[in-house]
Amino acid sequence: MGDGRETFYSVIRRQGITRRSFHKFCSLTAASLGLGPLTASRIAHALETKPRVPVIWLHGLECTCCSESFIRSAHPLIKDALLSMISLDYDHMIMAAAGHQAEAILEETRAKYKGGYVLAVEGNPPLNEGGMFCIDGGKPFVEKLTSMAEEAMAIIAWGTCASWGCVQAAKPNPTGAVPIDKVVTNRQIIKVPGCPPVAEVMSGLVTFITTFGKLPELDRQGRPSMFYSERIHDKCYRRSHFDAGQFVEEWDDTNARKGYCLYKMGCKGPTTYNACSALRWNGGVSFPIQSGHGCLGCSEDSFWDKGPFYDRLTTIRQFGIEENADEIGMAAAGVVGLTVAAHAAVTAVKRLTHRPDRPADKGKPS
Amino acid sequence: MQDRAQKLLAAVDAAPTARRRGGVVAYIYAPVRLWHWVNAAAILVLSLTGYFIGTGTPATWGKASGSFLFGYIRFAHFSAGYVLSVGFLLRIYWALRGNANAIQIFCVPLWRGCFWRELYHEIRRYAFLTVEPERGLGHNRLAQLAMFFMFTQTITFMVVTGFALYGQGAGTDSWQYKVFGWVFSLWPNSQDVHTWHHLGLWVIVMFALVHIYAVLRDDIMSRRNFPSMK
Repeated sequence: MGDGRETFYSVIRRQGITRRSFHKFCSLTAASLGLGPLTASRIAHALETKPRVPVIWLHGLECTCCSESFIRSAHPLIKDALLSMISLDYDHMIMAAAGHQAEAILEETRAKYKGGYVLAVEGNPPLNEGGMFCIDGGKPFVEKLTSMAEEAMAIIAWGTCASWGCVQAAKPNPTGAVPIDKVVTNRQIIKVPGCPPVAEVMSGLVTFITTFGKLPELDRQGRPSMFYSERIHDKCYRRSHFDAGQFVEEWDDTNARKGYCLYKMGCKGPTTYNACSALRWNGGVSFPIQSGHGCLGCSEDSFWDKGPFYDRLTTIRQFGIEENADEIGMAAAGVVGLTVAAHAAVTAVKRLTHRPDRPADKGKPS
Repeated sequence: MQDRAQKLLAAVDAAPTARRRGGVVAYIYAPVRLWHWVNAAAILVLSLTGYFIGTGTPATWGKASGSFLFGYIRFAHFSAGYVLSVGFLLRIYWALRGNANAIQIFCVPLWRGCFWRELYHEIRRYAFLTVEPERGLGHNRLAQLAMFFMFTQTITFMVVTGFALYGQGAGTDSWQYKVFGWVFSLWPNSQDVHTWHHLGLWVIVMFALVHIYAVLRDDIMSRRNFPSMK
């Protein structure tokens, strides 16, 4: 693909796009990132002067849902992001090269753009059996990942697989799959969790990095704050029903038809940081809660193990039987209550039977 | 500090074995008694509202704008949480400032031989193997152990996790999130924090059961004219 030295602007001019359209695009991108009016001209300047950033997109253990989401980005249009803004030099899903030719790109990029390319990782490496559960180009994926990570300018963990582990790392995790920050430990990793992440979150992040040439502000868990600083719950359009105490009790009951809050149906919106309720999906059409289903919490750590999806309280398996906090608590409190009752009974019996001894106790401290 | 702690421990050991009666005791205990009942009320509110927050309420009817039931329940929970936290801070202050007995629920001298001897004696007393109590003033060793591990530890945990969860709602730029956000480094998925916070409720319930029973039993058995519930 491209040599990576062309600028975004020269590429789109070659494609016949006018300067007017180019500035429209910059304004739209600035607006969709929530940046101020002056930023549009900064974006334009950057895209005119900075060479396109080479991107290496690796696929480990994954289902390609992140890529599927990414290619549906509307703001910016994925065509612009892929063909003009970045130079996507390696991606299993959409590259022209194959075989040895494709693998050669990796070494070439690593040598030519030392510290200047973005490494985007979709999926994660399995570590069991020496990483043999994911062979990529004749080598365990983990080797390719760590070697490409060494020279990257920025490392993006696409999706919950790369960020937290997701389904392949769910218990009992037979392949030993780990999120990429467990094998790339010496570098800051931008986590973009979600199964998949929202398309505009992905393209917005790419735009930010290519435009400003730096990482966005990250939160405690390495997620870009601009997309992950609020929970689904904080921006949920059903929030008023939550505050009013109006909950769906069962699927398809009257309350469900009225669009009440799905809290009691196990919606994980209150514990899930993502942009779904703000940006929504498929160009802002809808998101799970809007279509009547609770949030599964797919962008959170080990969300497969925080089940069931349809209960408010998490099942706790450590006790050998599947119980939730309330059931365990009530059982324990019941045992304590019975013990107290038994002790009280024994005390009463003792008191009645030992009544003659009482004078002997007199004067003793009580 | 070390010196002071040792002095306090010495004072605890030197405490009279007979319960003092009258004004002196009442005076010393007054701040702790006040804290106790404010704290108990807060815990009652927190437990009830917390249970409802965990399970949800039966649905209210009408427009969402006409009702704020869950909002009020959460408000009561957060308010009581603040009361409990401020009270707990004052209690910590009093532990350092007050007399030797005031520090008992914060400092268990597990490293002292006499602690274990007295604990063993207290276990025997509750198992009906002996009738004489070891100590008169303050908590007995078994009560002190339960206070520290079931009450003090649990409340600390509940305050920390509670403020962390509150910080999520208040926003990542709130002071609650800045001060207590580290909780989410331990449990990146806050669903876990909810689960642990919920289990904490039940530890407090268990503590309350034993605590109330032990107090009532002691009052009835000893027939003192200075009820410990005052």
